[in-house]
Formats: sequence, structure tokens, C-alpha cells
Amino acid sequence: MTEITDLGVAALRDGVRAGTFSAREVADAFIVKVSKAKALNAFIVETPEHALAAAAAADEALARGEALKPLAGVPIGMKDLFATKGVQTTAASHMLEGFKPVYESTVSQKLWDAGAGMLGKLNLDQFAMGSSNETSYFGNVISPWRRGGGDNAPLAPGGSSGGSSAAISARLVPGATGTDTGGSIRQPAAFTGISGIKPTYGRCSRWGVVAFASSLDQAGPMARDVKDCAILLENMVGFDPKDSTSLNLPVPKWEELLSGDLKGKKIGIPKEYRLDGTPEEILKLWDQGIAWVKDAGAEVVEVSLPHTKYALPTYYIIAPAEASSNLARYDGVRYGLRELADGQNLQEMYAATRAAGFGPEVQRRILIGTYVLSAGFYDAYFTQASKVRTLIAQDFENAFTLCDLLLTPTAPSAAFALGEKSADPLAMYLNDVFTVPASLAGLPAMSVPAGLDSAGLPLGLQIIGKPLDEQGVLGAGLAIEQRAGFTARPEQWW
Amino acid sequence: MSVDTATVKKVASLARIAISDADAERLAPELNNILGWIEQLGEVDTSSVEPMTAVIPNKLRLREDVVTEGNQRDAVLQNAPQGEHGFFTVPKVVE
Amino acid sequence: MSESTYRIQGETGEWEVVIGLEVHAQVTSNAKLFSGAATAFGAEPNSQVSLIDAAMPGMLPTPNQECIRQAVRTGMAIGAVINKWSRFDRKNYFYADLPQGYQISQLFHPLVGEGQIEISLDDKDPEANVKTIGIERIHVEQDAGKLMHDQHPTRSYVDLNRAGVALMEIVSKPDMRSPQEAGAYLSKLRAILRYVGSCDGNMDQGSMRADVNVSVRKPGAEFGTRTETKNVNSVRFVMQTVEIEARRQVEVLEAGGKIVQETRLFDPDKGETRSMRSKEDAHDYRYFPDPDLLPLELDDAFLEECRASLPELPDAKRRRYEQALGLSAYNAATLTADADTARWFEALLAEGARIQKKGEQEVARASANWLLSDLYGALNRLNKDLDTSPVSPEQGAELLALAADGTLSGPLAKQVFEIMLETGDAAGKIVEERGLKQTSDTGAIEAVIAEILAKNPGQLEQYRGGKEALFGFFVGQTMKAMAGKANPAVVNELLKKALAG
Repeated sequence: MTEITDLGVAALRDGVRAGTFSAREVADAFIVKVSKAKALNAFIVETPEHALAAAAAADEALARGEALKPLAGVPIGMKDLFATKGVQTTAASHMLEGFKPVYESTVSQKLWDAGAGMLGKLNLDQFAMGSSNETSYFGNVISPWRRGGGDNAPLAPGGSSGGSSAAISARLVPGATGTDTGGSIRQPAAFTGISGIKPTYGRCSRWGVVAFASSLDQAGPMARDVKDCAILLENMVGFDPKDSTSLNLPVPKWEELLSGDLKGKKIGIPKEYRLDGTPEEILKLWDQGIAWVKDAGAEVVEVSLPHTKYALPTYYIIAPAEASSNLARYDGVRYGLRELADGQNLQEMYAATRAAGFGPEVQRRILIGTYVLSAGFYDAYFTQASKVRTLIAQDFENAFTLCDLLLTPTAPSAAFALGEKSADPLAMYLNDVFTVPASLAGLPAMSVPAGLDSAGLPLGLQIIGKPLDEQGVLGAGLAIEQRAGFTARPEQWW
Repeated sequence: MSVDTATVKKVASLARIAISDADAERLAPELNNILGWIEQLGEVDTSSVEPMTAVIPNKLRLREDVVTEGNQRDAVLQNAPQGEHGFFTVPKVVE
Repeated sequence: MSESTYRIQGETGEWEVVIGLEVHAQVTSNAKLFSGAATAFGAEPNSQVSLIDAAMPGMLPTPNQECIRQAVRTGMAIGAVINKWSRFDRKNYFYADLPQGYQISQLFHPLVGEGQIEISLDDKDPEANVKTIGIERIHVEQDAGKLMHDQHPTRSYVDLNRAGVALMEIVSKPDMRSPQEAGAYLSKLRAILRYVGSCDGNMDQGSMRADVNVSVRKPGAEFGTRTETKNVNSVRFVMQTVEIEARRQVEVLEAGGKIVQETRLFDPDKGETRSMRSKEDAHDYRYFPDPDLLPLELDDAFLEECRASLPELPDAKRRRYEQALGLSAYNAATLTADADTARWFEALLAEGARIQKKGEQEVARASANWLLSDLYGALNRLNKDLDTSPVSPEQGAELLALAADGTLSGPLAKQVFEIMLETGDAAGKIVEERGLKQTSDTGAIEAVIAEILAKNPGQLEQYRGGKEALFGFFVGQTMKAMAGKANPAVVNELLKKALAG
């Protein structure tokens, strides 16, 4: 018999509804898994009581013969960037260690309202800044995956949603929330052989999500397959008057309308994404993806996104600039860490608190952001980047006159070993080369697992859609999923 | 352009992050490396381009002028590292 | 338009003073600019703080329509360009009263562009010495919280009740040249804000405060380096700040020193300005557009509503009072200088015209005179103002009507008014109950006159002998005997007849 923890969101939901197992059994099974996976360090806080309470509510509703909520009986993981009322919320930073919000983020509240339970708060790169989950104050997350052939070097689960990706691929949770600023859902999904979608900017409320870069941050679900992503996404999005950038649109029926039939769809292949130095295996997989979408009925066309090479430098001006300001509130006055030596004044307290509270990568980005906004540099850096950002968005608009969706690799490599890139920030930044452009343009984009490299590590393909066309993105993701037949999973060593 | 340790210290001071001389020495080449790479943006001709203002077309909504929040001093102060008599407190500021 | 001749006499000759004001005016609204917390003055510390105001992680701003509307109406009231596309920017700096680590303000694209205000430098004739002061811009921004330094030996206390309250920053051009001009500008601006209803103008509660930019130069020379004296909170203090700071600058320059562009503080107790050490730290505010907020785009319907809701403004009202109501320039200026006074006067006028069934222009002068002399005199004496006046406009109008129709003589009216102030009763009721009605009953008056003449044969003889100045004596005696209630015109007529024999 299949273990309960091998089931995904849809199967768990349906199983609880059908009475195949109780929500309590589901919660118990995952709680045990979580408790035995400390070696992965995927969780900062475990909250079995939250998951059990949601399960009890589901079982009681079922016993009373009531209609179950959309996610009744489904326990999930919550990236520790979402404020959860009464439950420590840290953004993986020493700065917020012990911080218990008196409020609940809109996205997490929607999930709880839909009946989901919380297994715990998932580890991440500190303030979501990183691509390997090596910047968390609470330690690295270890990918459950290992290279074959006895190479037991601990691998990066990707970042910043590395706790989410590791927990899902290790079957500790059936699904989890992530947030994506420049690829933080898609790259970890690709590294761990799972699916994840960043919806159109403005679909998910940012209210109650610890801010990294406001014009880029967008929450989204991560799960083991496309349908599970669609189900979770439906229960995360929706208009929120508390977020000025929230889109006032009805919630689409993504699950119901999900179809892998791509007949009549045109899929664009951006030629600029064929970067020098991209491993052959990645290019081969991309070609394979092209063949799959053709098989699903799509017409494939080559398109051009001429400003692609400027996307990363643009991102590394805008994101740090916004972050340098967004993180100014962590000053040791109203919450969080305070470092204050005898005789220090207010400004010295700020400097000491922020030096002690922020990790090196966060400090580095704050310094870059402060520099590019400082007197004399603003126009050359920030204004220029905002203009190039317009050009990057126009590139996509132009491409979308020729096609409906874009297909690209998710990342330029498979998961790398922990420590491999952490000494060279620039090398780390370059890992987001394929995911950042869609973030700058606010477009929906997802990664689906498509194959394994020669070392046996997962590789992902990325689908990018027009604004608001999550349905198209999910459909193409499903078409690839159906053809890739990706069933690989990490062997349990933890 | 080149960022020297003095600039690093000045920026760190603006950002209110205490750094040691050794930190500044280490950070200067790192930041130079990143900023040097970023500077390739300068080669893009943007003379006729407007800076992006909204990622996805959307209008700023205005809220009704209604009081919806307040009278929650304990909640507001709950996570404060230091406070008394209903105030947050900080080292004495001389104005 | 007149050129100011205000000069500071230094050892090296005359110096001209150049002044610009940045006025922060708290927008009248129920809730804060970006949060739903209340704005009321004087609440318990930190009781009017939302999670947004406290800058909790993940909190986001949403703009309050009323604050935008009031800023637009203010802009319209000074004839300014309203920018249909504006944007909020973040001004980044660290201070204990600034929870976000940045203030949401508008640098690059303010809501309101250039406008102007006319000031008058002549109390007696507001049209005689008029100067136009340019307004550079008005933008909307968040106020900071409040620090208290005297509650604890080593700590400052932080109260965030004010944090996030909407302010308009009204930036003048450097068009003022004397303390009087700066004072007149601030008073006029305050009057306009109060008329528009966009700010209550309570300077003692901090609803309005000015940053005073001052520089000095030899007449005709280039602008000198300016200093900015922060948060000056009364018209008088602004005038003092200009004077003191200009003198200080002249002294520094004449001693061979240089003026440092810096932020200063005015100390009214010591009568000096001094450098603010805590703000010395060279400011690099790193402004950039707030990514949590989209551009603010206003449509024509919104602007039309703002325009339609504007009241008559002080200058227009003053001219109307003079031209249509026939008031003196001085009375018109006094009555329109403050929105509350004008409102009170117009209520008095409307009620007076209604009950007397006359046009407003027919009752205007008597109403204005009564308000400015009788009522103001009484309020002054009682240490009250129009808001707390024991007599309402309706009661005042009734009193004036009774005087106008001859029911009350001048002295009787004053007597009734005193009773009104004491009891709060209506004039008619007092007249009725106390029998204070003026009488024109010729029989009764003739009887009293006959008695007076009989009692004063000596005076009568002198009068009839040609000493006509004694007429006033007989009037006084008659009025006294009738307790002031006799109609003076009737008394005059009957006395003349009787004295003529």
C-alpha cells in the first residue's frame, strides 16, 4: 500500500473526502515524517498542534456530514517569511528570532480558511536573499538529493524557498508556500524535482509577508505536481485591499480547467537563453521539452528577448535598492533584536543591532542598495535600471505577439554542493539568469521537473506566460509533466 | 568607478550597519566586483524609455477615511525589546 | 506690489534678508494617511497606532482618499496646478520617531505644483500694500512619531500616535524679505487652510509648523547660503526666528566667517537659534519611488468634486463684504481674516436679514459693528472666543432686530446684551420679562416731562432765556426718570414742544 506521505495535495484532499483515511491519520503521518527529518533542517519551527487542529476540524465536519473546505485534511509547510499569528516568524534571520506576530498574513490566512493545516515554518535564505539556502541564521537546509556514485556531499536545495523544496521532495509535506523575487520558487523546485509556480505580480497579497523587494516579491505554491500547484494557488490568490498592488480580479478555476492539450498554442523559444557555457545536458533537456510540447499539439516558434543579458544587472540594482529601504525597519526599537552596549547612543544601537542581526549576504545587499540609491548615483543606477526594466517587459510583450507561452530551462545547472558558490556572490547571482527576467516583468512562470542529469540530479523546465495566464502556464506544465514521466525521488538517508 | 574602503564605511554608516576595518577591506573588492558587473547597464540606450512604474497595469486605489485600527497598545508593544509606561524606549536622544 | 525696505544694519553696511517657508500642515482627517488608525489629538500614548504605523514586518500602506482630496482642494485654493499624475517616494533615514526607517513623501512628482498667495502688509487697507508670494509645491507625506526626553534619566520614550498622520508640506519660494512678510504669509496661509477645512491650523497642538529658511545678502547680490530652522510653531516665533537668525548670519559673515548650510533649532526661552547636533549627520535621503504604492492618478470627476466643494476664500469674501455689503475695508478684513469669524458673521447676517425681512446689505453694517465692538469687547472681557460665546448668532440677530425696529434704544440694547451674556436667555424673553421695552407712549412721556419741568424751574427759566445747551439736561432727566425705556426720538420731540411752552 502507498504510504499516506507519498500522496500529493489532490490525493490527500480526495482521500479524506472519500473517507479512505481520516485527516487525523494524514496529519499524524506527516508529523512523524517531519519529526524524523531534522538532518535536512528544513523547518525552523514545527507546529504539529496547528496541523492537528485543522485535521480535527476536517474530521468533525466530515462526521457532521458537512461539505469540506477546499483544502480540508491537507497539511502544508509555510515558508517562514509569512507572518503567522502567535507563531515565531523570523525570515530566517537572527534579527527576528523570537518574533511572534500579532497578525496573520493574507496568504496564510486564506490557506487556513480553506481548511489547510500547518506542519511548521520552513527554513529559507535569510530575508529570502540567496539561491542555495546557505544564508539562513538557522543553518543550511540540506537537499534530500545526493549525487549518485557514493558522493555524499550535501547539496543545496536551491533558494530562497529551500526549506519548502527540501520538505516537499523529501515527502515531509505534500505542498508548501514559497515566495519568488527573482526565482526563489522556481529554482529550488528545479533543484529538487518538484513543481512550483510564481503567479502574476499582484495575484497573491503581499500583506503580512516579510518584504524583500516589493516590486518583485510574489508568493506562490510548491508541490509535487502541476495539479497540486493549481489547487494550492487557487487558495492563495485573491484581491486584498490591504495591498495597494493587489489585483482586483476574481479567482480563476485553474484546477477545473487544467488541460495538457496544447493544440492551437504557440510556444516561443527565446534564442537569447541559449547562453554560452550552459551545460549540454540542460540544452538537451530543453530540446526534449520542445519535442514534448510539440507532441502535445503546440506550434513552436523562435522568439527574441534582446535585453535578456541585462536582466540580472537590472535585478541586482532594483532588488537591493528596495531591500535596503524595506529592511530599514529592523532597528531594534519596536521588535526583534536589540544590541546595545553600555553608553551607546541611538545611532550606535542601530548600527550594532543591524550588524549583529543581519547575516553577511543581507548586509551585502543592503550596502549595494544603499550605494545605488545614494546621492549622485541614483540616476545612473536606479533610474537606468528602471528604464531597462521597461525594455525587458517590452521584450516579453513583443514576444507574446508571436506566441502564447515561453519555454526555457529553469536554471543553468543542477543543484550544486553547499559551499560551492557561497564564496563568490556573483557566481551565485548568475544562477538566477533564467528566472529573473519574468520576475522583472511580473509574469507568471513555473518550473516543472523534466529529467535527471548524469549525476542523477533533477533538472527543471520553465514556462513563462502572459500576464494573468496562469492557466496557460499550468497547462503547458502539465503537458511536460505527462510526457516527462518524472518519478525519481531522493533515497532516504536522513 | 571604484569603491574604496572609505566609501564602504560611508555607505555602511548610511545603512546603519557597524563594520570593522577588516570588514571594509573585505567588502570593498566584493562590492567593486558586483558594481562593476552591474555597470554594463550603462551601455543600454534608454534615452527614449520611461522608467517602469507599475509591473502589471493597475490603479492606485484610495481608502475611505474611516478609523479601523487602534486601541491595541499591548499588541503593538508586545514584541518590543524595551518599553515602559506604554512607550517604546530608546537610549536618550539629545536634540 | 511693494519692495520691502527691511534691512539689517551691519558694520559693513545694509543686509537684505531672504526667507522661504516650508509649512507642515496636518491634514484634517479621521484616519491616518496610510493606515486606519485615528488622528485625534491628545490620546493615550501608542493607543492610536496600527500595525502599519509601527512598521511591523510585512505591513503595507494604503492611501486615504480624504487626505488626497484635502491636499487637492488646498492646491486649488492657492490657484495651483494640480498634477493628475503624482507619486509617493520614500525618504530614507534612521530616527527613533520614524518606524519604517523611511518617510513616505513626494519628491519627484508632487501632487500640487506652483501656486501663489497674496499677503497684505497694511492692517488698515488690505489692498494698499500687497505682495504675491510664490508657492513652489504642495506634497503629501507622513508625520513622524514623538519622542519624549524628560521622562527618564537615560532613555527617550517613543509615542507613535502621530506617526503616519497626513501632512501637507507647503513649500514657498524664497520670496519674503522681512519678518513681517514671513508673519503675514504664515497668517494668510493659515487662514486659507482653515477656510478650505484642510487643516485646523492649531499651531499650539502642532497641527501647523514651519521650517524657516533664512539667508542674508547685500542688496542686489546673489542669494547667500541658507540655514533651515525646524519646527517653529507660531507666527510670532517665525518672525523672531527670521530676525534672530538673520542677525546671527550677518555677525558671522562680518566677522569673516561662513554660513554653514545646516538644520537649526529655535529656542524661544533663550531667544536664539542653535545647530541641531542630532541631525548634523550629513543627510543623504536616498529618495526613490515607493514600490508598495502605484502612481496616484486622479480623474476629472474627482478634481471637479474637489473644486465644487471649495468655499469662498478670504480675499474674495473680503472684497464682497466691502463691495456688496458696504462694509469698511478694515471691518471686511477683520471679519474675513479667520474662517470661524466669517462663518459666525454670516450666520448673524443671514438670521438678521431673515427676521427683519430685509436684504443682507441693509443689516450688514449694524451686524458688523455689533460683532466687532460689542460682542468682541464682551468676549475679551470674559476671556472667551466665538466658539465659546455665550450668545449665538441667532440670539445676536434677535437683539439687533429689536434695536433696529425701535423696541430697544441703544442703551437698552446694551443692557439687554449684558443680561444675555449672563443668563444665555434670548433678547425678546429678557425684554418681555424685565419690561425693558422702549416706550413711545406720548401720554406717559408727556406726563414725565411735565413733572421734570415742574421740578426744575431754574433750568427751565435759563433755557427759555436762551441757554439752549440745557436741552441735553432735560433729555437726560427724562430718560433717567423713565429708566432708559423712552424712545429718544419721541422724548426729543415732546421736550422741544414742552420747553417752547
